[in-house]
Amino acid sequence: MPLNHNVNKMSKNSLDYLDQLEAEAIHILREVAGQFEKPALLFSGGKDSITLVRLAEKAFRPGKFPFPLVHIDTGHNFEETIAYRDKMIERIGEKLIVGYVQESIDQGKVIEQKGKNASRNALQTVTLLDTIAKHGFDACIGGARRDEEKARAKERIFSVRDEFGQWDPKRQRPELWNIYNGKIHKGENVRVFPISNWTELDVWNYIRREGIELPSIYFAHERDCITRNGQLMAASPFLNMDEEDVVTRKQVRFRTVGDMTCTAAVESGAVLIDDIIDEISQSKISERGARMDDKVSEAAMEDRKKGGYF
Amino acid sequence: MNILKFFTAGSVDDGKSTLIGRMLYDTDSILADQLEALQNSNRKNDDGSIDLAILTDGLRAEREQGITIDVAYKYFQTEKRKFIIADTPGHIQYTRNMVTGASTADLAIILVDARNGVVEQTIRHSYLASLLGIKHLIVCINKMDMVDYSETVFDAIVLKYKALAHQLNLQNVNYIPVSALRGDNVVQKSDHMSWYQGESLLNYLENVDVSSDLDVAYARLPVQWVIRPQTEDLHDYRGYAGKVASGTLKVGDEITVLPSGLKSTISKIEQFDKELSETFAGQSVTLHLKDDIDISRGDVIVNSTSLPYQSQVVEADLCWMDTRPLDPSLTYLIQHNSKLSRCKIQEIVYNVDINTLEKHSVHEFKLNDIGRVLLKTADVLPFDLYDDNRANGAAILIDSRTNLTVGALMFRMALDY
Repeated sequence: MPLNHNVNKMSKNSLDYLDQLEAEAIHILREVAGQFEKPALLFSGGKDSITLVRLAEKAFRPGKFPFPLVHIDTGHNFEETIAYRDKMIERIGEKLIVGYVQESIDQGKVIEQKGKNASRNALQTVTLLDTIAKHGFDACIGGARRDEEKARAKERIFSVRDEFGQWDPKRQRPELWNIYNGKIHKGENVRVFPISNWTELDVWNYIRREGIELPSIYFAHERDCITRNGQLMAASPFLNMDEEDVVTRKQVRFRTVGDMTCTAAVESGAVLIDDIIDEISQSKISERGARMDDKVSEAAMEDRKKGGYF
Repeated sequence: MNILKFFTAGSVDDGKSTLIGRMLYDTDSILADQLEALQNSNRKNDDGSIDLAILTDGLRAEREQGITIDVAYKYFQTEKRKFIIADTPGHIQYTRNMVTGASTADLAIILVDARNGVVEQTIRHSYLASLLGIKHLIVCINKMDMVDYSETVFDAIVLKYKALAHQLNLQNVNYIPVSALRGDNVVQKSDHMSWYQGESLLNYLENVDVSSDLDVAYARLPVQWVIRPQTEDLHDYRGYAGKVASGTLKVGDEITVLPSGLKSTISKIEQFDKELSETFAGQSVTLHLKDDIDISRGDVIVNSTSLPYQSQVVEADLCWMDTRPLDPSLTYLIQHNSKLSRCKIQEIVYNVDINTLEKHSVHEFKLNDIGRVLLKTADVLPFDLYDDNRANGAAILIDSRTNLTVGALMFRMALDY
């Protein structure tokens, strides 16, 4: 599908869609700054949270961000993500707080999964909630988008979580116009999603327009992979492998950046951002289709969100 | 390319979810894995074809009940435009969800079942579109396949609806005969209705111009955040950050800050690393003023040539959104743009039976009730009337005991200005 058409007849003061989405996201970020005592920006190293950092720069520069960045580290990272994160933090000069899943395991708060499909993805919810409680964050800005998944399609931009971090889809507050109600009781917090209305393609087009640098794993590269449940996984010490797993060298890239044990690769020759945009425009598999954590059941995402997941 | 936001009103029985599913399906907006999940689902149409309605119901409770109970947002694009659909439930017990979905929409699609014509819920949905100030309406007369694609049936429904549109003062109403199930006139023009000379639904959505809706003479910029780096080299930097709600502001314009009433001139308009000579509705910017005056979050910067109302007593339409009824003895929080204040509902002027449009004088206001109230605010609110300026004419009510959003307010009249 062609992407940069200006077919619509526009009046003088009509904004392009990326400008509309950007302005909305900046408005939301400034509302967070104005309404909360102790907000934080959840930073995963993925393209969506990298986009949030860019939007925060646009919302608050030349001032400092009115919040730190928070990264939940599963310990099973792509090393490229961590290298990117540290370089970015140095560039923007903002504060980074890291919550370690390994600490939650050492403290006995969570138990490492066993078996072939073991992943720390589910464990990070506990670490996230502990990190929120430890620092007393009342709002956590996240990069979730409504087009990712059906349950997300109904989530508010300001989404209240109870003291257990739970999202109750039946008790969501009505959210009208662009007026966001951030009033909460002690112990509760709000997850805020400034790019709710962006699609995957919007994010990529924005990254291209803004010239934003990304972790290298988003682009095609050679890597040892195995095939699990019909999906390509990066071979790594974190993946429980046995003799049935055949390692093959492939040219791949990743469409999302998560824990190495649950983020599937796609075979791709897309080395430039333009290639990626072309690839996604023609793609017949949606982004979350490359996440094994959603495959478990049709209602998987809804269940995880109720439990306090991002 | 720009974005059109629209909402769809109608119930499951009207085929609303099927219509949206059809638009997504026929514009190739459904991806392979989503289609696979759809095909694996147990729900099928009577003839065994895929039930497109499943695409739009998200939550498990809804799947169990087979109805949509919240607002779901869906995204698709064509070569001409990007679309955001607020898919809202149609039953009367979900009026608040529909009000929510309509509040951000530029356009409404009202679904009418060709077999039943204009019924109680058509009146209700149309009333809500008018209440929320939707400036563009499409009446989709659906299930034309069930009435043999009859022009006579279509014409009779249009005639009846025109009377309703007149009563509700609805502008820009278009009528399209469709079959969501069969795909007639949704994306492609139908072969079954050669008597219909108009566009397909998608074609209309691609071309309708809504950009002038915020292009009003009065400029309003609610201040969200004051940027003050207070560093060595930016010692005197003081930027007022916010999103222009309506109108245009230029460097050199004389502005007034409300509620203080202080005046100054715009010296600079910044958008991150760019400097602009003017800014207009929809842009998030940072303003600088010639004079060093006290401005904080919640204040509104307006052009001095057209001031808003500044009032503490306001008549407004209210939609009640909480299971606890309105309590006139309570003080509620009121949020207008970035300003949080307190208010009391002094009087319930009337309540509207939204099925019949009759007004009743009542003493209580319950979940999903809509009507006219008189409210008094603790602070002066600089507002416009909702029909003149949607962005500066609306507010929400918050119950300070529960922190829930309990009411949607549309300002209709200032009484003490």
